[in-house]
Amino acid sequence: MNGEATRKLPLADLHEHAGARFGPFAGWSMPLTYPPGVMKEHLHTREHAGLFDISHMKLFEVAGRDAALLLSRACPLDAGALESGQSRLTFFLNLSAGILDDLIVTRLGPDRFMVVANAGNAASDEAHLRAVAAEFDCTVDPLDRVFLAIQGPEAWAVLSRAGIETGALTFMQGMEPRPGWFMSRSGYTGEDGFEIGLPETDARELVGKLLADDRTMWVGLAARDSLRLEAGLCLHGQDIGPETDPVTAALLWAVPKGLREGGSFIGADALRGVIARGASEKRVGLKPEGRQPVRAGAALVDEEGNAVGRVTSGGFGPSVGHPVAMGYLAQGIARPGTKVFADVRGAKIPVHVHALPFMPHRYRKG
Amino acid sequence: MADVYFTEDHEWLRVEGGVATVGITDYAQEQLGDLVFVELPEAGRKVAKGDVAVVVESVKAASDVYAPADGEIVEANGALGADPALVNSAAMGEGWLWKMKLADESQLVGLMDEAAYKTHIG
Repeated sequence: MNGEATRKLPLADLHEHAGARFGPFAGWSMPLTYPPGVMKEHLHTREHAGLFDISHMKLFEVAGRDAALLLSRACPLDAGALESGQSRLTFFLNLSAGILDDLIVTRLGPDRFMVVANAGNAASDEAHLRAVAAEFDCTVDPLDRVFLAIQGPEAWAVLSRAGIETGALTFMQGMEPRPGWFMSRSGYTGEDGFEIGLPETDARELVGKLLADDRTMWVGLAARDSLRLEAGLCLHGQDIGPETDPVTAALLWAVPKGLREGGSFIGADALRGVIARGASEKRVGLKPEGRQPVRAGAALVDEEGNAVGRVTSGGFGPSVGHPVAMGYLAQGIARPGTKVFADVRGAKIPVHVHALPFMPHRYRKG
Repeated sequence: MADVYFTEDHEWLRVEGGVATVGITDYAQEQLGDLVFVELPEAGRKVAKGDVAVVVESVKAASDVYAPADGEIVEANGALGADPALVNSAAMGEGWLWKMKLADESQLVGLMDEAAYKTHIG
């Protein structure tokens, strides 16, 4: 996912002014940390409200008579059954049921949907969606928006003071509060929070208001990663990818039951096959013993030294106070309590399979 | 009075009686961010200049710290086991990493003094 920094965020000047340290991610120069540092930024988000610039992510509007049909073909999703304002986690799958991207789809109206895609896949997602759309009567429009996330238990109160009421939304619902705006109650931290896509001029005004509230702090990509890891959420390109199907990734819950057998989305046949056969390995949470982090790429071995899996994300969890990781283990042993060993620079670090999330989700459910 | 030297890899050495106390500079700890773990060396381990002596782990990444000279580790900073963030709060003091008996003090020639290091990091 890391690449050469080629693109600057529309609000880059604000991040520079805030003292951000930048680094490349998915073709963008992204704020990694601000002067308080990853630890304080992480903890502040869990206690108050963290403001993230996620404008590297892409919003697509899908509109037209066949919009629901297109999304039900492109994703394992019954888009026609979504109520207006409902959001769902879903995927683009390839013909082998590998995950091309994970997405949030929100129904905006009878014939309109918003699709939120990952930065690293934005170009291929657009090409894929347009190719599938050729069979349908609808349009796919990539939107030019600043995309902000405000996350944490005080996010709603901070937005309220800034003049944005959120009471109409519960977790995984979205709406268009103003012309050109899209706001959903969702996020990537495990906390209550919102993601807001809006035009740049409006975004500058909103950021000014949000930061004038001392409950709000800019939070960089480093803390975004530790927050999502504690919350057990996957990073595409690292924890899931075109080689991983939803069963193996322990994400089958995101595929409606009726579609697992009868669906006609791209990848449906292959997914039925995986469900029938069972996956050979499974994504799990991993808790290393002691204080030493176990990181992406580390091999997992059993007591006898046999290869049994690999770590796909790992680091330190500031809120839980211990190292946290996730990865894949052979099916028979992929259950909480199993002890394996991670190879870290030649040393074997004991690691226990741990239920996900590490940090309980605190979403505002309806 | 101890002599303090700096390396291009952002380490400092305080040398007294042939023993160097080694740490990373304030500039280095700022670049790394909040440290959560320090993999310390065993006393008695012999290191050559350029060997990885210590690995410091931030929330996000692991980084190597190299032996700035040949010698033998005589002590590691045990306090970092419980509080690795000492390296962030006191990089040049309580956050030292290890002490080593230098095999050849002539290897210190060519290292920077504080003024030269400040110029080096701009």
